[in-house]
Amino acid sequence: MSDALEIAAAVRAGSLKAADVVEQHLAAIDGREPEIHAFNLVMVEQARERAAAIDAMVAAGNDPGPLAGVPVALKDNMCTRGVPTTCSSKILDGWKPPYDATIVTKLADAGAVVIGKTNLDEFAMGSSTENSAFGPTRNPHDTSRVPGGSSGGSAAAVAAGFASIGLGSDTGGSIRQPAALCGVVGVKPTYGYVSRYGLIAFASSLDQIGPLTNTVADSALMLDVIGGHDPMDSTSIPVAHPSLLDAIGEGVEGMRVGRITDLPEGADPDVLERTELAFDALREAGAKIVDVEVPAFTFGLTAYYLIAPAEASSNLARYDGVRYGLRVEAPDTNAMYGVTRAAGFGDEVKRRVMLGTYALSAGYYDAYYGKALKVRRLIHDEFERAYQHADVLLTPASPSVAFPFGAKGDNPLAMYLCDVYTIPANLSGHPGMSVPFGTGADGLPVGVQVLAGTLCEPQMFRAAAALERAAR
Amino acid sequence: MSERISVEIVTKVARLARLDLTPEEIDRTTAQLSGMLEHFADIDALQLDDVEPMAQPYPLDNVFRDDVIVDGLDRDEVLAAAPAAEDGRFRVPPIIGLDV
Repeated sequence: MSDALEIAAAVRAGSLKAADVVEQHLAAIDGREPEIHAFNLVMVEQARERAAAIDAMVAAGNDPGPLAGVPVALKDNMCTRGVPTTCSSKILDGWKPPYDATIVTKLADAGAVVIGKTNLDEFAMGSSTENSAFGPTRNPHDTSRVPGGSSGGSAAAVAAGFASIGLGSDTGGSIRQPAALCGVVGVKPTYGYVSRYGLIAFASSLDQIGPLTNTVADSALMLDVIGGHDPMDSTSIPVAHPSLLDAIGEGVEGMRVGRITDLPEGADPDVLERTELAFDALREAGAKIVDVEVPAFTFGLTAYYLIAPAEASSNLARYDGVRYGLRVEAPDTNAMYGVTRAAGFGDEVKRRVMLGTYALSAGYYDAYYGKALKVRRLIHDEFERAYQHADVLLTPASPSVAFPFGAKGDNPLAMYLCDVYTIPANLSGHPGMSVPFGTGADGLPVGVQVLAGTLCEPQMFRAAAALERAAR
Repeated sequence: MSERISVEIVTKVARLARLDLTPEEIDRTTAQLSGMLEHFADIDALQLDDVEPMAQPYPLDNVFRDDVIVDGLDRDEVLAAAPAAEDGRFRVPPIIGLDV
């Protein structure tokens, strides 16, 4: 049993022990983790203790909550008090946060069992999990290929049965793209849907936490638990969210599904074919297909790779060898900053800090960062217009199925293009999710992306559930 | 916007970013940033004069909470995670007074 809904129902009913669920997942980890490397840390003892406590609650007649006994894998950029949190970076190796992220507290209150911290591209910068200081994660469907990224560890953990639910963060596609490549469901909610308190910041105006799961219903369950306003995150939206678990039963009869006629080219034929079949499936389920235009979609990549590095260069200024993590000693403080950061950051992080610092520096600000913010507005407004004609939009989640290690070589732009279909939703703040929809080249999973308007998660989940039913 | 980026500019940016890059890293970064900026010139064709910049996606005004005292982080726990601490404070190398 690996679906979270089933596990939680059985544990709450007392017909399944949380301890047995944990052992089943630890056994799966023992079997394949040496080959997959999904985790930076497997929390064996903590998970066992937590499961025992949940079983004791049930035995005493108490309800542990909607995620009772569900093993959850956390991306290692989410703070866990007293438990190492590294961002897969040497600069945070060994750091133990003095507080829990809000989502960690919410998981505990809902009866979940955190089973480990998962690998990622360093500071979530990448689309393959090859940029980890602790070595790459491998795709459970084909270990010669990447799992996608940056939440590749969480995606692989769910696909390999190491955890029932993974949590990831998505700044430009870092949940949806690995979900597509690993054949699992991955959701980036509306910006502000889930608290970012305790999520180590990459690009604060783009980052959002979301689930990676085996089923659409499990993602709904997870978002129902972790969504909502948090006084500790002033960008979290102060409204109550309707239950997504309730929404998914409703079907897509009469729903308007938009096709973006001017979508950037570059997707492989197998991916495009599956996307077409997804349109067919929703039409057969009662939806109406409409054409929409988003001409600025194609400029998302440029806007993103100016805005995200700019924000990152500012956010990552805090890794200076003073308050946490690595310090390389030097005679004075200023010299210590330079050598510490040079030793602690990997190539991709250095590249983005450089790009961001350049884009923000005097003389270039207006030409780069300022212009990118205007393109961002353009993209946002065009999507808003599209959502007047369509309830959801369908696109590929990734231009290709999982690719072999090293396939993108030393060309950063080739890697950046992996996110061409996912980036616009981060810029606009709208929600998006990837749903597995059959297989493409070499029998590898293909994900179809469902996009929707601000706080229109219920419609997005209804369409996703319909695709899931059609794929089965 | 497609001005050629030079080794001198990259060296200056590295100093601003507090990154001690090696000469090889400076050269590589110069070549890679140059390639990226060339690609990013695609937005030069857009007419953006009347477009308002958008810094964040969900428009929220200043956000305040009630002025209620809550516990902060545990000082010992915070300092235990630092590379060096002394007398309840972060300890750093000299900031002034060196001939550097």
